[in-house]
Amino acid sequence: MNSSPDVFNRTDRTTAAGTVVDISRLEVVRGVRRVLPGVSLDVARGVITGLLGPSGSGKTTLMRAIVGVQKVAGGKVTVLGRPAGTAELRRRVAYVTQAPSVYADLTVRENLEYFARVLGAPAGRIDATIEIVGLGEQADQVAGTLSGGERSRCSLAVALLGDPELLVLDEPTVGLDPVLRGELWATFHRLAGEGRTLLVSTHVMDEAERCDELVLMREGRVVASGTPAALREETGADSVEQAFIALAERAT
Amino acid sequence: MSPRVTLATARRVGRQLRRDRRTLALVLVVPPALLALLDYVFDARPQTFDRIGAPLVGVFPLILMFLVTSIAMLRERSTGTLERLMSMPMAKLDLLLGYGLAFAVVGALQAGVTAGVAFGLLGVETAGPVWAVVCLAIANAILGMALGLFLSAFATSEFQAVQFMPAFILPQLLLAGLFAPREIMPEALQTISDALPFTYAYDALAKVAADDVDGRLWLDVGVLAGCIVLALAVGALTLRRRTP
Repeated sequence: MNSSPDVFNRTDRTTAAGTVVDISRLEVVRGVRRVLPGVSLDVARGVITGLLGPSGSGKTTLMRAIVGVQKVAGGKVTVLGRPAGTAELRRRVAYVTQAPSVYADLTVRENLEYFARVLGAPAGRIDATIEIVGLGEQADQVAGTLSGGERSRCSLAVALLGDPELLVLDEPTVGLDPVLRGELWATFHRLAGEGRTLLVSTHVMDEAERCDELVLMREGRVVASGTPAALREETGADSVEQAFIALAERAT
Repeated sequence: MSPRVTLATARRVGRQLRRDRRTLALVLVVPPALLALLDYVFDARPQTFDRIGAPLVGVFPLILMFLVTSIAMLRERSTGTLERLMSMPMAKLDLLLGYGLAFAVVGALQAGVTAGVAFGLLGVETAGPVWAVVCLAIANAILGMALGLFLSAFATSEFQAVQFMPAFILPQLLLAGLFAPREIMPEALQTISDALPFTYAYDALAKVAADDVDGRLWLDVGVLAGCIVLALAVGALTLRRRTP
């Protein structure tokens, strides 16, 4: 693992497991703004990597580049050994956008039925994913009438339909009650336990503690990366939030 | 491209339309109602209505499918479902043909109901076979869909998408010979008219209605088919997997 600028020496715990995402000097320009001025980053296999940073720090853009839906100005993004966005990867990578992208005029089940067909996922997966995201009671409700949290869970369910090796989840737990959030994080850990790789963005600091690895972003740059414990230890902070503040100050 | 994904898309679009009962009712009721209104307007000059009655059966699907498709595609773009589909193992053609299939069915229903009212109740005359009028109406529905799909890429809001109807479809109707015969138009307009897809759609309908089957009819049908393919192909180009 290497990130630029490198603040920490990585523990060798993850390097042995292999790299799923390899980004080097990724540049993204939107209009006149350089959203990502040259990010380098590795994401390790089989763990949950949390992408942490304030709104506007480039988290979503970075995720979009990994999924291959972002126009990039330079640099290289390799996912599962292939250039990001390669046709073959569309089956192996699942992406959940921040705004729930499901059809508002279809029920939860109808949405999942459609996306399952597109993904070629077995129909049996539909009930299983409805169960995982806890929408059993709302399964036959039109998505447009769901609450915000329910709708984003419906969107998340779509990503769990297939058999993805890499899940890219952009703020998947926004607006959820703490119990459900805990359950979803348990699901994420179970998925990682199966050998899948998860990249989860969040700006909730207590969620950061649940990640195996953290990448702290600020103004389009990777400020630091490492395990939550290593980040706390490095900065002598009690929490990831305080560590983040210390590191942000150090970077400027 | 896979038939599984194409059919799934067509079914999904059909489901969405079925859920929207009011839209469906409007799609099926408005064209025959307007025809009946026109019939009444031309009460004193039935020969005028006879000239345009049958071709009109094929015009409504074009306008309606254009509008429905523009809005539907715009929604796919703005709600992020298009981006999601583009990040999945789905060919662009799957999406386009899925929409095409679903809207062709709706277009056929609409054309069927409109033709039933026109030829059954209003006594509109057609010298050619009714089925040919209905087939051309379906082709028009698909042309409208393809044009809507293509133009929706240039609309960033529903307001703009709706304005594309008077901007791109209405001039075609005006120049096609529906309101005034092409022969009496200034030469410059006739030339422009020659370059517009709807001119050929209307000409084919008028020819069938008059049972005037000649080489020109096949040219019309050929151009119509070519325009559909072209609009779908260009529409596919506007579907981008990578966006800024």
